[in-house]
Amino acid sequence: MSVTPSELLAVQGSRVLRDDTTVFAGVGVPLLAAALAQQRHAPKLTMVIEGGIIGPRIKPGRLPISTNEMRAGHRAQMLPGITETFLFAQRGFLDYGFMGGAQIDRYGNVNTSVLGTDYWKPKVRLPGTGGANDIASLCREVIILTAHEKRRFVPRVDFVTSPAWLDGGDARRRAGLAFGGVSRVVTTLGVFDFEPTTRAMRLQALHPGVTREQVRENTGFPLLEASDVRVTEPPSADELALLRALDPERRFLG
Amino acid sequence: MAVEVGDPALRAAEWDFVAARRRLEDKPKSAGEKLTSLDDAASRVADGDRIAVGGCLFSRTPLALVREILRVRRRGLTLVRNLMCTEGELMMVAGAVERVMTAWMSIGLPWGVSKVMRHYVESGAVALEEWSHLALGLRFRAAAMGVPFVPALTMLGSDLMAVGGMKTITDPYSGEMLAAVPALFPDVALLHVHRADRFGNCQIDGYPHMDTDIARAAATVLVTTEELITDDETRRHPDRTVIPGFLVDALVHVPFGSFPHECYGLYEADFDHFGTYTASIDARGPEAAVGEYLTRYVYGPPSWDDYLELFGGERLARQRALAKELTA
Repeated sequence: MSVTPSELLAVQGSRVLRDDTTVFAGVGVPLLAAALAQQRHAPKLTMVIEGGIIGPRIKPGRLPISTNEMRAGHRAQMLPGITETFLFAQRGFLDYGFMGGAQIDRYGNVNTSVLGTDYWKPKVRLPGTGGANDIASLCREVIILTAHEKRRFVPRVDFVTSPAWLDGGDARRRAGLAFGGVSRVVTTLGVFDFEPTTRAMRLQALHPGVTREQVRENTGFPLLEASDVRVTEPPSADELALLRALDPERRFLG
Repeated sequence: MAVEVGDPALRAAEWDFVAARRRLEDKPKSAGEKLTSLDDAASRVADGDRIAVGGCLFSRTPLALVREILRVRRRGLTLVRNLMCTEGELMMVAGAVERVMTAWMSIGLPWGVSKVMRHYVESGAVALEEWSHLALGLRFRAAAMGVPFVPALTMLGSDLMAVGGMKTITDPYSGEMLAAVPALFPDVALLHVHRADRFGNCQIDGYPHMDTDIARAAATVLVTTEELITDDETRRHPDRTVIPGFLVDALVHVPFGSFPHECYGLYEADFDHFGTYTASIDARGPEAAVGEYLTRYVYGPPSWDDYLELFGGERLARQRALAKELTA
């Protein structure tokens, strides 16, 4: 069986997570990435789910649909309440957060609120931030997992729901966001980081078989390139087997 | 995006801690009987009220109270809930709400973006004021503390600040800029809990969500409970009481009071029901499909028991078994 885009993102996302850390895992691919990391190379990783759940054991085949329901809290170690959960992040206890979004710009800002120019009468109303804005503001490091499409990778998001580097440079710090920020964007085409001075998105690595031209064609803004653009290790048989066992119904793996 | 800030006159009442405090001082805080009927509880809600709804998304939603408020055709409400689900959709289609304050609205990933929300918000019929999950939680927390705002490190630099008109404050100690998250004092709180005695002392299992802050923040607190316990049971486990009786104005005993949403450990949400509901919206559009749904599930059946009959005992038993298995 070939690797689906969701499987690629889950595997690449899981590899970012180090052992002895904590991660805010949303439902779907981020949760699978965290669960895979925990089973493979990071057994001392604690998953935190924004609905108010610490240390769940996800039941294969009964993956949660929302961050606030019984499936998400299966065999959890603590159910602290929603405000308390985010306050763990504000205090600095959350190392990683995952995000996705309808629009992402060259400074890593994400829009999950509205498309169009009038907030109160939008062209398209999206579901909203949920906890994404808080994760973007409060985690030590944020990783965006997303399909790489030109309509998503826009020069400037219509609405900044979740701030990364705002207008680049030291704009994040000047806005009062003293910590964190998006460190990496993992897409279906490659892996990106942000150049430390300008904070503009930079190509770091391509997935096997992907060309720089393909990346450029699917990105709505000029990308910086690292001096040594690498090729990522494809998902191993071991990683795929563990991942597929978590979602046998392929509810989130596609 | 340059976002216009909403009506400032409306906002002042949200965080006016002096007025909110006076309102509580003038209110009876009785240790007496709170047990009443759903229609009596719903009669405490007035047109134009700002209502905070407990639980989160499809977890521990006070649906029996929401249904009763819809049955008496309240209008002009502001609905506040961190993650809004079908209760928000029903309120929109019934014409009960003019404003919702939330961090996220839809049912969940498998059912896509809420078409009801899109229909009413994109046309401008309902204003959706978006706050981050934590910021909205801190709005309830500030109100629960009786203060006009709390400092925080979230929502800064984003366009959400202008939507809700959130301001910043300079830390008098370090000189750092912080978010000043304004309090939100609701007129009414609607809550569903696992257990309560007839004096309104409440116990919650599983996810606390934000219910205890909401109960302290609101001027009037209406509660439904799965189980009615005795005064003696409360006193045997006082550590389990999370909302004291003197906060509660009305209590109604309503088993399956969240259904088809979930109640932790007691019943799982009915995902098949969500599927049928959204399929009907996909086929016939939000107004026609949810209009019929309102007739069948809200305006039609006179009592909550009649409503539950529409789902049938077999379905309720199945959802109970699923919940047991997940929390075993």
